[in-house]
Amino acid sequence: MGKTIAEKIFAAHLRDEPFEGTRVLNLDRVLCHEITTPVAIADLVWRGKDRVFDRNKIKAVIDHVTPSKDSKTALQAKILRDWARRHEIPDFFDIGHNGVCHALFPEKGYIRPGFTVIMGDSHTCTHGAFGAFAAGVGTTDLEVGILKGVCAFREPATIRININGSLPQGVVAKDVILHVIGQLGVNGATDRILEFRGPVVDAMSMEARMTLCNMAIEAGGTCGVCMPDMTTVDYLWPFIEGEFGTKEAALADYSKWVSDADASYDRVLDFDVSNLAPQVTFDFKPDCVKPVADMAGTRIDQVYIGTCTNGRIEDLREAAAVLKGKKVADTVRGIVSPATPKIFKDALKEGIIEIFMDAGFCVTNPTCGACLGMSNGVLAEGEACASTSNRNFNGRMGKGGMVHLMSPATAAACAITGVITDARTL
Amino acid sequence: MSSKKIFGGSAIVLDRADINTDEIIPAKYLTEVTKEALTPYILEDLKLEGFDAKGEKLKNASVVVTRTNFGCGSSREHAPWVFEVNGVHTVIAESYARIFRQNMFNCGMLAIELPKGDIDQIIALDADGVIDIDIDVDTQKITAKANGKTLDFSFEVSPFDKALVAAGGWVEFADARY
Repeated sequence: MGKTIAEKIFAAHLRDEPFEGTRVLNLDRVLCHEITTPVAIADLVWRGKDRVFDRNKIKAVIDHVTPSKDSKTALQAKILRDWARRHEIPDFFDIGHNGVCHALFPEKGYIRPGFTVIMGDSHTCTHGAFGAFAAGVGTTDLEVGILKGVCAFREPATIRININGSLPQGVVAKDVILHVIGQLGVNGATDRILEFRGPVVDAMSMEARMTLCNMAIEAGGTCGVCMPDMTTVDYLWPFIEGEFGTKEAALADYSKWVSDADASYDRVLDFDVSNLAPQVTFDFKPDCVKPVADMAGTRIDQVYIGTCTNGRIEDLREAAAVLKGKKVADTVRGIVSPATPKIFKDALKEGIIEIFMDAGFCVTNPTCGACLGMSNGVLAEGEACASTSNRNFNGRMGKGGMVHLMSPATAAACAITGVITDARTL
Repeated sequence: MSSKKIFGGSAIVLDRADINTDEIIPAKYLTEVTKEALTPYILEDLKLEGFDAKGEKLKNASVVVTRTNFGCGSSREHAPWVFEVNGVHTVIAESYARIFRQNMFNCGMLAIELPKGDIDQIIALDADGVIDIDIDVDTQKITAKANGKTLDFSFEVSPFDKALVAAGGWVEFADARY
């Protein structure tokens, strides 16, 4: 019997099986940010175990609230900063260099096929786009990861999602994943790995694959995962050239992680996206999904383009293509947050930032910002936001606010009209 | 991140599926760096008719009884912590989101799964008044009592989860073993 990519990664990283069905894995990456790490640090200090298992495998960033907005967030940043300095963690990103963790760490080349990755952040599933096993965990798992470099999981079971057909013009990865979550439900993949396959995924960029994998958790999935291929090699090439010499050699090596043809799956689901329309959420759960056309005309007060789901350069390009030469409606506040400094600089060079500013958008520094209502861009009671983020929970972007999740192009269209709008109709 | 806990006690019923961790503890309170500071904000954004986050029923509760996919969404361990600092060491649900469930056991607390029929029976007791729940982790038995009625249930807990509860949490377990 063949193995899935997850089974191969688990087998290669198995440290211990303390009980039947429990796999303790060695970790290649322990990623840290300033919201969930400080309590782990404080606990390690309190226990007299203020150590790190491997400073080169730990990467840290201040991203959720940056620059700090008040004394409390300044303290969280300081705890992480002091800890990173104390342990001489070389890859620590602070003001001027920081960005949204799930955009920044891949961009730095830290995530490779076959890696095991944890972070105290549920959207860690994003990194599965590189053919890695990447899972969001709580602070206690993070603490043990920092101290011992291990984490416990149940035996991996995988749902294979085949994305077949070809995407129509104006329909993108975000529409695909919203549609898939709408079909699976918010607990349809609990304790499962979502393996994204098929010609549509093969044709996707790494950015689009990250958008797909980012929202695996919204169906309850432990991790999203894509097969490493030449697209993966091309993206990582600046970081792996020295290791492999040729792209063909890199691809040959990474191919060992690809799921076997006779691997066994918990379920196999087929989606044909050839007739898929742009998608949007209603209500307070990410599986409440409809075609944009069915929600057309719904009032919007704010548009938010950014986040670990859709704050990458490709996303900004798609939004800018809709916005070019247009103005944000008088009733709408437009906010764009490039996810990393590199994305911000690239967007500047490409004239994308100018398009956003000419349209009347506010451009913020790279940060998680409004997505979880922690800093800039919080909604007032009764307001609605068209957002490229990943969660529409009650109160998520501010108490009494409503969040509609959608693609960057759809969000840009909403900014122009002030109501939910299919960008293809503009 | 824990010490050995007492389980069982007075229960509050949250009769809704898919209660997420943003509802259990809103993100705006994640700026706190101690568990204790979270205490007043428990379930502040819960969308559930008739539920009062400041009410006596929640204040007196040591057990939460709820439906499917409890604790979905954000990985924040602040959700188990806000239960812990409010004296709630046990959740009984039809099912959980993976991260929340693991976080509970990692903190040495209990996230017990019961089938829908059992949860229906416990919730039906709620109409009669205060439900008192006894839990025996060793024998994996639950007794729910209200107004003279007594119901008994069995539950499964994996050997690993049992070991975490016995150790007082994952840090204790991992530190002793790795």
